[in-house]
Amino acid sequence: MSSIETQFIPKSQHPIVEAIKAFRQSWAGMLGLILLLLVILFSVAGPFIYAVDPFEIIWAPLTAPGVVANAPFGTDHLGRDVLAGLVYGGQATLFVGLTAGFLTITIGILVGAMAGYYGGGVDEILMRITEFFQVLPALLFAMVLVTLFTPSIYVVSAAIGIVSWPTTARLTRAEFLRIKNLEYVKAAQSIGARDNRIIWRVVLPNSLAPLIVSATLTIGVAILFEAGLSYLGLGDPNAFSWGMMIGAGREYILDAWWLVTLPGIMIFLTVLGFSLIGDGLNDAFNPRLRER
Amino acid sequence: MAPLLSVKNLLVEFKTRAGIAKVLNNVSLDVHSGEILGVVGESGCGKSMTALSIMGLVPSPPGNVAGGTIELNGEDLLSASNKRLHQMRGKEISMIFQEPMTSLNPVFKVGHQIAEAILLHEKTTKSLAWERSVKMLDRVGIPEAAIRANSYPHEMSGGMRQRVMIAIALACNPKLLIADEPTTALDVTVQAQIFDLLRELQRETGTAIIMITHDMGAISELADRVAVMYAGHIIETGDTKDILSKPQHPYTRGLIACVPHLEENPSEERPYLAEIPGVVPPLTDLGKGCTFAPRCDFRTDDCTGSQPSLSKISDQHSVSCFNLNTVAS
Repeated sequence: MSSIETQFIPKSQHPIVEAIKAFRQSWAGMLGLILLLLVILFSVAGPFIYAVDPFEIIWAPLTAPGVVANAPFGTDHLGRDVLAGLVYGGQATLFVGLTAGFLTITIGILVGAMAGYYGGGVDEILMRITEFFQVLPALLFAMVLVTLFTPSIYVVSAAIGIVSWPTTARLTRAEFLRIKNLEYVKAAQSIGARDNRIIWRVVLPNSLAPLIVSATLTIGVAILFEAGLSYLGLGDPNAFSWGMMIGAGREYILDAWWLVTLPGIMIFLTVLGFSLIGDGLNDAFNPRLRER
Repeated sequence: MAPLLSVKNLLVEFKTRAGIAKVLNNVSLDVHSGEILGVVGESGCGKSMTALSIMGLVPSPPGNVAGGTIELNGEDLLSASNKRLHQMRGKEISMIFQEPMTSLNPVFKVGHQIAEAILLHEKTTKSLAWERSVKMLDRVGIPEAAIRANSYPHEMSGGMRQRVMIAIALACNPKLLIADEPTTALDVTVQAQIFDLLRELQRETGTAIIMITHDMGAISELADRVAVMYAGHIIETGDTKDILSKPQHPYTRGLIACVPHLEENPSEERPYLAEIPGVVPPLTDLGKGCTFAPRCDFRTDDCTGSQPSLSKISDQHSVSCFNLNTVAS
């Protein structure tokens, strides 16, 4: 073990480990991570520290922030506590963002992988379906889906997932088209690996970098989407979300700025957090950018 | 003795925009167990396509095996089920590729990739497969194999990666190894090492090797027999010694003359490097004559009429040319 040769063998690191190291060098990524951790802490730990029912009327309507001690961020048009709304709304918003993001990525990768790997007729059919979903006005289509069923955060998540997967599918397809002709795929075929194995164990791991970046950004987009739907009154009426708070407060925007601004800031910070993380991951996965 | 691999009258076509390209025309070759067959020819002559056809990996579409037979130990590969082909690849026939830099999966450890080849074909545990992959690495001459098995491909040099490729290909003791220009991407000293390694492993295991190359030097180093290809045809085949010392086909002669040699006293007046004038005809439009006729110095009227068949001039040596007598003199 102590021969001279061993000294020259580089210490092996999994590509993911290297990427994490590079990610920690990226200020954008780290800032995004900190932002996101704060938002998660606020929404997940918040209810235990600040246990106020967001639906309960606690003070006079439209009380400004800082006026009374038990409503530090003011009250809304019904006299409900805005801070409690922000805390509980964060949970719904993050839940919808993550679920819809997960759904988007799953459908997108499945469709894109099949289309890109098999090509030919499979590709034609899957890509026409993808294009069909792409040309539909996403917001309208999601609204239709939500109104068809009882609006709940599950339905909203599913609707967002169903309208947003085409981008991921196209990205996955492009990666598969590029990678499936590389020599190591041919080499895998030549040792007798079957299609299934090649798709999931050879091609997918090599296309993960852009997909992880895109997944992060997708969650941000899904959160914005949820805010849009809730703003239009199509969210879950039984769950507080930041979008719904903005929607409900929009009539009072001239008298009570905090009703719209505070949840707006929360959405902004969350989506910014996801975007910055996406940026950092992009740097981390791209060795050419890493050099700079 | 019956050959290990027997390819007869293989026809492979590709649909292209310019028409149907006849990539392989009546290719026939036999490989006996334990021998090294060299397949030479310039780029695009069908060397690699012959290899892919044997592996059953001709990209289809646009490719299509239009006729002929390929038999391994008497078993017809062209009519074999997909399941059977999957079993066979890696276990009975393996292949190593031209570009060691890109033939390994960049996200997995090399030991893992060798173990995977074993696990695909044999019922064994992961840890046993790993031990065997370390042994394979050691056998292909990688120092500190136990540590190196944990390396990723990017942490290795081209020569080491080609050694890993060879370890993967030989992990299940295949009967036939197809080496598709295994040293083209490597520098000369590493080339020699890889040749030595292949020869040594071949002697140990008795695996037959089809060595595809455009390098006459590699052929003379390694091959027992040679098949020379031109525009999808095999135009001359025989023992390496015969082919190199008594080439019969004008194309084979040209190929050998093209090998540059070292000058002892490089002077101001260096001779021009030999070349074969003209280019390979488009495979979509080969005409009915001899495919080499347009570039041949010995062309006669016969040559433009039909493709000469491969005929024996001695027990081992076959050539496809109408004008052997004039070429020889």
